[in-house]
Amino acid sequence: MNDNTLISVNDLKKYFNGEQIKALDGVSAEIREGEVVVVIGPSGSGKSTFLRCLNLLEIPTYGHILFNNVDITDPKTDINIHRQKMGMVFQHFNLFPHMTILKNMTIAPIKVLKKSKEDAEAQAMALLKRVGLEDRANAYPSQLSGGQKQRIAIVRALCMDPKVMLFDEPTSALDPEMVGEVLDVMKQLAREGMTMVVVTHEMGFAKEVGSRVIFMDEGKIVEENDPVTLFEHPQSERLKSFLAKVL
Amino acid sequence: MDFWAKFQSDFYQSFVEIWTKLQHEFYQSFIEGDRWLLYIKGLGTTLLVTVLALFLGVFLGVLVAVIRSAHDQQKVGKVNPFLKILNALCRIYVTVIRGTPMMVQLLIMYFVVFSSTRNQVGVAVLAFGINSGAYVSEIIRGGIMAVDSGQMEAGRSLGFNYTTTMRLIIIPQAVKMILPSLGNELITLLKETSIVTVIGLRDLTKAAMLVQSKAYLAFMPLIAIALVYLAIVMFLTWLVEKLERRLRTSER
Repeated sequence: MNDNTLISVNDLKKYFNGEQIKALDGVSAEIREGEVVVVIGPSGSGKSTFLRCLNLLEIPTYGHILFNNVDITDPKTDINIHRQKMGMVFQHFNLFPHMTILKNMTIAPIKVLKKSKEDAEAQAMALLKRVGLEDRANAYPSQLSGGQKQRIAIVRALCMDPKVMLFDEPTSALDPEMVGEVLDVMKQLAREGMTMVVVTHEMGFAKEVGSRVIFMDEGKIVEENDPVTLFEHPQSERLKSFLAKVL
Repeated sequence: MDFWAKFQSDFYQSFVEIWTKLQHEFYQSFIEGDRWLLYIKGLGTTLLVTVLALFLGVFLGVLVAVIRSAHDQQKVGKVNPFLKILNALCRIYVTVIRGTPMMVQLLIMYFVVFSSTRNQVGVAVLAFGINSGAYVSEIIRGGIMAVDSGQMEAGRSLGFNYTTTMRLIIIPQAVKMILPSLGNELITLLKETSIVTVIGLRDLTKAAMLVQSKAYLAFMPLIAIALVYLAIVMFLTWLVEKLERRLRTSER
């Protein structure tokens, strides 16, 4: 294990319905600080389950996850503390519809991190400015477009000063026109050195900012490499046929 | 010609007779012996019991709904035994209360459980609150289940624990959805309180019954209280609709 390893996943297994469905069937991986790890694969390959296991939205059936050298799969670990350091962005945004954008962004820093309202709002406004949405601070989520909602969801997670950001197909529910604005925010974040794990179908994003690409199929990691090698010289037949279809 | 004249005069005669009778009945039903005070006091009791029972009902309802939802949302293989016991108790409570008539519950409360007390208002509030809580809990549970599961995930991923996510994110959205049903429950509760007469509590209905037995009149007192109930229900309906519109503005 490297000194700068942030998350270390060891032989992770996730079964549903007893052992009938093996969503994850022995996955091991390491995510180092500052890395942008992109997870690709066909539907049902277990890539979303893998990501959701990282902050225990899914409880793994077997295996261990070390975050900051703490075993978060240990039932005695208080996962709430560790989740504060792991920002998550969902496919369907999951903004809180009954709160304004500003409230969406400040509620967790105020209630969880016990920040003052002024500090939390100043930080939120600065982040809103970065994504060009400072004029929507007092709007409600329903008044925003999909792309705007997802940009808000990203900065909402950033308000907690996370050490790692998890993206679960962040552009899959968006109109094609709006994909670009969300990817731009993510690219900017990557360039600033944020550690990111991104499950996506955007191969262009993987090529451009990915420091490593993981290809999954049937609950296993089939291939793992830097983006150039993985896309230009795929080794396995499964990856070759997958890339032939998506590229 | 003669016939029509007679008919007209008869008609007029009987009209005057009825009018005089109504006036007399009105006097007997409301004015004599300051009987209108009985209705006012009765109305006060009805409203008091309804409002207090509503608070108790909503409190119990939220409690039971949250316990049952927490139990149902547990991950497989990680069952909390304490929660399991609480959930079983909640299920028994809901089953028993929904499975027995309100009047029987009230009689049991007054003549069995609290047979030593004569605090009728207290017993009525308790009986109606406990009854209402069972129904409210099912309404709220439905509302909690109707909130998108992504909301819980988003709350938890920001570091909130289960209870805080419920309190800040899930319940406020659930309440918005169930407001019409809750309003309906309040209306039902208001009307159901009329059966407190069986434990001798002087509510609005009892006032009419008292006047009926004193003045040997049924028409005026009963129609009057029916109109009062109707007016309050219409007011509550209007109030709930208004509240609903105000809460919805954030989502449009």
